[in-house]
Amino acid sequence: MGATSSTGPTSPSQPSFVRSAMTADRSPPVPTSGPLAWLRDNLFPGPMSAVATILGLLFLLWVIPPLARFLFLDAIWSADNGDACRAPEAGACWAYVRQKFGFFMYGSYPREDVWRVNLTLVAGAVLTLWMLWPDARGRGGAALAFFTVYPVLAFGILTGSPPFPIGWLPSSPEGQIAWMVLIVALFATASTLFYLNRYTGWAIAIFGFIAWSELGSWWSSLELPLVGTHLWGGIFVSLLVATVGIVFSLPLGIALALGRRSQMPVLRFLSVMLIEFVRGVPLITVLVMANTMLPLFVPDSWSPDRLLRPLIGVALFSAVYMAEVVRGGLQSVPKGQYEGAMSLGLSWWQMTRLVVLPQALVTVIPGIVNSFIALFKDTTLVAIVGIFDFLKAVDTGRLDPVWAGPKISTTGYVFAAIFYFIFCFGMSRYSMMMERRHSAGRSR
Amino acid sequence: MRTSILSNAIAGAVCALMLSAPGAFAQGQPAKSPTLDKIQKAGTLNCGVNPGLAGFSMPDDKGLWLGIDVDLCRAVAAAIFNDPTKVKFIPMTAKDRFTALQTGEIDILARNGTWTMQRETELGLLFTATNYYDGQGFMVRKKLNVTSALELSQASICVQQGTTTELNLADFFRANNMKYEVIAFATSNEAVKAYDSGRCDAFTTDASGLYAERVKLANANDHVVLSEIISKEPLGPAVRQGDDIWFNIVKWAHFAMVNAEELGVNKGNADEQAKSIKPDVRRLLGVENEFGKFLGLSNDWAMRIIKHVGNYGESFERNIGAGSRLRIDRGVNKLWNKGGIMYAPPIR
Amino acid sequence: MSDATSSRPPPRDARPVEWRALAIQIAIALAILWLGWQAIGNVAENMRARNIPSNFDFLSATAGFDLNQSLIAYSATSTYGRAFLVGLLNTLAVAAIGIFFATIIGFAVGVARLSQNWMAAKLATIYVEVIRNTPLLLQLFFWYTAVLAPLPGPRQSISLPALGLRMPDPQAGMAAITAFALASFVLLSVRNQIKGSAIKAAGYAISALFMILMIVAILFGPRVAGFGNAVGILDIRDGAYVFLNNRGLFLPFPSLGEAAIWLPAIILASAIGATGFSFWAKSQREEKGRILPVFWISMLILIVPAALTIWAAGSSVTIDYPQLRGFNLAGGVRVYPEFFALVLGLSLYTASFIAEIVRAGILSVAKGQSEAALALGLRRPTILKLVIIPQAMRVVIPPLTNQYLNLTKNSSLAVFIGFPDLVQIFVGTVLNQTGAMIQIISITMAVYLVISLLTSLAMNFYNNKMALSER
Repeated sequence: MGATSSTGPTSPSQPSFVRSAMTADRSPPVPTSGPLAWLRDNLFPGPMSAVATILGLLFLLWVIPPLARFLFLDAIWSADNGDACRAPEAGACWAYVRQKFGFFMYGSYPREDVWRVNLTLVAGAVLTLWMLWPDARGRGGAALAFFTVYPVLAFGILTGSPPFPIGWLPSSPEGQIAWMVLIVALFATASTLFYLNRYTGWAIAIFGFIAWSELGSWWSSLELPLVGTHLWGGIFVSLLVATVGIVFSLPLGIALALGRRSQMPVLRFLSVMLIEFVRGVPLITVLVMANTMLPLFVPDSWSPDRLLRPLIGVALFSAVYMAEVVRGGLQSVPKGQYEGAMSLGLSWWQMTRLVVLPQALVTVIPGIVNSFIALFKDTTLVAIVGIFDFLKAVDTGRLDPVWAGPKISTTGYVFAAIFYFIFCFGMSRYSMMMERRHSAGRSR
Repeated sequence: MRTSILSNAIAGAVCALMLSAPGAFAQGQPAKSPTLDKIQKAGTLNCGVNPGLAGFSMPDDKGLWLGIDVDLCRAVAAAIFNDPTKVKFIPMTAKDRFTALQTGEIDILARNGTWTMQRETELGLLFTATNYYDGQGFMVRKKLNVTSALELSQASICVQQGTTTELNLADFFRANNMKYEVIAFATSNEAVKAYDSGRCDAFTTDASGLYAERVKLANANDHVVLSEIISKEPLGPAVRQGDDIWFNIVKWAHFAMVNAEELGVNKGNADEQAKSIKPDVRRLLGVENEFGKFLGLSNDWAMRIIKHVGNYGESFERNIGAGSRLRIDRGVNKLWNKGGIMYAPPIR
Repeated sequence: MSDATSSRPPPRDARPVEWRALAIQIAIALAILWLGWQAIGNVAENMRARNIPSNFDFLSATAGFDLNQSLIAYSATSTYGRAFLVGLLNTLAVAAIGIFFATIIGFAVGVARLSQNWMAAKLATIYVEVIRNTPLLLQLFFWYTAVLAPLPGPRQSISLPALGLRMPDPQAGMAAITAFALASFVLLSVRNQIKGSAIKAAGYAISALFMILMIVAILFGPRVAGFGNAVGILDIRDGAYVFLNNRGLFLPFPSLGEAAIWLPAIILASAIGATGFSFWAKSQREEKGRILPVFWISMLILIVPAALTIWAAGSSVTIDYPQLRGFNLAGGVRVYPEFFALVLGLSLYTASFIAEIVRAGILSVAKGQSEAALALGLRRPTILKLVIIPQAMRVVIPPLTNQYLNLTKNSSLAVFIGFPDLVQIFVGTVLNQTGAMIQIISITMAVYLVISLLTSLAMNFYNNKMALSER
């Protein structure tokens, strides 16, 4: 074979079906690496694709230059009042954001006391990061602190009143505060019991309660000025609504999900009713209901605080969505796990706490984070019931005659959009990271 | 409920004791106001205000509330505590303002509310006095060359929903058999934004609000407020029914400010005026007689108001008049003896 | 034996546990009942104390306020009940149209994210991330401003020469349009059935010609004098009949005269016919392997009878053109900017979530499926349509249902941009004026619940149809 092919093409003895001329050299293969190749493969692989690419480029050219001009080149970075920003050629009025930043951040919270807000926010951020950092030590402890000690202390620091309810009549002005403390106390106890096993849990809860009442009297000696919730506003309230929603919706959602999968028909029925009812209506109507109808449900003197009402609405609303996410997790736990736990003689409570939930919750972390993102974005709606959240503060800042002008609201909204984007995007990246880690663990 | 009965009983007993005391007026004794009691015990007055209406009530950069409605609440706080800062300003949406007053969550509703019959008879409120005589008007672009609201046939009109404004608008066009298009927004803020963007030909609200909003538009001189006023809007603070003394306190806090302006007493000269020989001034400032007592307040109640907040004219100038950026003309809100209709019964 | 049994502790049978469960349930039920009883008592007491009306009489009282966008006749002298209906219909309209566009955009973006084209994939990713991670309310504010800002006032309307077509003789016009539509549809529908490339080419050529004529008419019509006469159907004059300004988009609208009675019935009959045809075509495909151009023929069934009816009604059909009257344009049909901004905002927002669902759905289809389809020689669009999407739909439908419900519920944000939906009218103005909060909030919540339940039912039905039939 090899010998035949090596003979010259001119040989007369060559059979006629053998090619008599050399084929022309093929052109070298198209480069599969390098920028040109990348362009061809990714931007112009075919005619339709090329059209899409060109349209995309045109779109970017159409959008980016005016945007850049507005946000940076023509923007007013510092000014004492709105005159410069009212000029027709002016872009974004960042000077206004700088001037109003305190109002956007804290609303009407007394300026000499904002260190209390800052302290609470920083502590919350540290605990959250610690709790969520994948490889951090003592994450459980951080979580426990975040769900029990933190709400109590944050409450005390922010309102300035001792975070302990004893001695207050519900009809006293502090009664509003008593309401909140009562809820927080019940909640903290339940969370402690949930996170730790029964005896340690009770012991810690009782110890915590005693420590807490001691704390109460010590707190009074601090004499922090009282700051009523009517002064709270801005980013701080947006974060507060979101945090309260998150802190309360997770345990409530777990409880509702367990209720929905419970063997007890009454419990199941009630859970399903609540979940389906709240999921079926818009958040706005839940907020309006919490704001106008909640005071009707309780005796006059017990009428809850104006900030507490939307908080209850938001917590309830996010809890039912959380319940559905958690239910998905519960369903993903293989039946064998339940059977194994039961065969070990664990009670329902032990089985749920030690075997089922740890597996179920890890599975649905992305879902939980997504609910948090939704919740965080939904906090903008509390403006409908007159709460000065961030967006509402931006909207009210616009009213100031010193600054008012057409660019002001746009600037405020851009600022708000950037703020929300940073938070939500961060959370969604976190959720994706956790998803990857989790699936890596599974695929081993 | 039980505590209040108990406290009433105690108060009754105290009153009975005082009645027997020498020097008490023969015609009666200061009765007790449960609202005032509650406020004194709490140490703060709860005042429901508009979340943001320049000149009437609005938080500044530091979150401190300013405005003519705000001043009224501060005046009441000054009368009670001799401290105008002891007020909790609670921003109210148009929706829940009356409920909040009915439930006792707020003690005064000073939210540029219009005094109407239905609000007093059906909702069980009492308007104490009118602290701003207003009327609904229209703002249009100058270049439309409209001079009268009657030329607004077929126009698009932006309005805030859920207030009397929306109803007055419908009434006006119905009465004149004209067609129009209404675009109603949840807040006045959004309505103005839409007007500014050209979505509407006209924006309608109370005339004071029109002037307040005009200042904030891109170019205020491009817009004109039409001279027609299509409704009467007496704006004033409201309290709930059933506590007449509290009603009197809020009412006379306003009247004291108006009387002070009439008598020429202001923030700066109040101490000096106390030495005046004019009986009117002496009665107002509590030098003569004991008018404060029957309100359950100290005798220098009006003095405190004037020293801390000023008289009506000062408050007006500072918040909406020449001293503010709104520069609204006082118009009908001038004193009765200066050509307006702002009139306060005498203190005597 | 019996001794041994008795000496053992009694077996832990289920009874004590059941008793305990029963006790817990009774306790919970009693607690709920007690709380409910207390709440009802408080509500009654509080409502009496605050003069809050407790009946539904207010629904028949005169509303006294006006609304701008209404699908049914409404004026300030109508009742609150009618205002409720207006709001309900507006909410349903926004939800239906929003769902339609959100689905289309969502599927397109979801596919684009997986596209080979780097630019398309990146743009789709940016779109999804930005939209998903900012609050909807902020986006609605933005769209409302963005929609209004560039548009001029009514006196400087952008008149789209575009559709500056006028039909002097609606009968002839409709006949011509029907004929054109018929011809193109027939050609398009048979092009795959026909082998002969000459006929196929002719089909393409005629449809292309039709398209070009339309485009030329749209773009240059008014500027080419006598062009309409040359075409012979459409009389094109100077001056426009479609206007766009910051009050909305104004379009001519046919008032049908006599045809108005028949048209709805005929359209309904056509819709039933088209559905029947698609079922028949499916059975044909499954039984005999014949593939029919279902889409085109359905369109034909839908359009031709309606067009013929209009043609038959003839001279009674007139067209109402928008004209400048006073401050605004009157006549024709109008798309309001609030409506447009709301639909745009809701569709784009929901589409970003749908895109992610679709992407996950497509990724869930095993790679072997598309490889096998490629091996069979199917082209990419066909693979997407016939192999991947049908399988992806099983994963997609349940979360898609949730998104549809979310869109419907989110339409309540209309209140912030002045669109009169159910919440804006009923929970806003009517609640303010009547103070009947319990009744109004209950009715509103009930309406949303019913909408949710109906949507869920419909989607469950579809889901069951699409689900893998296990053998």
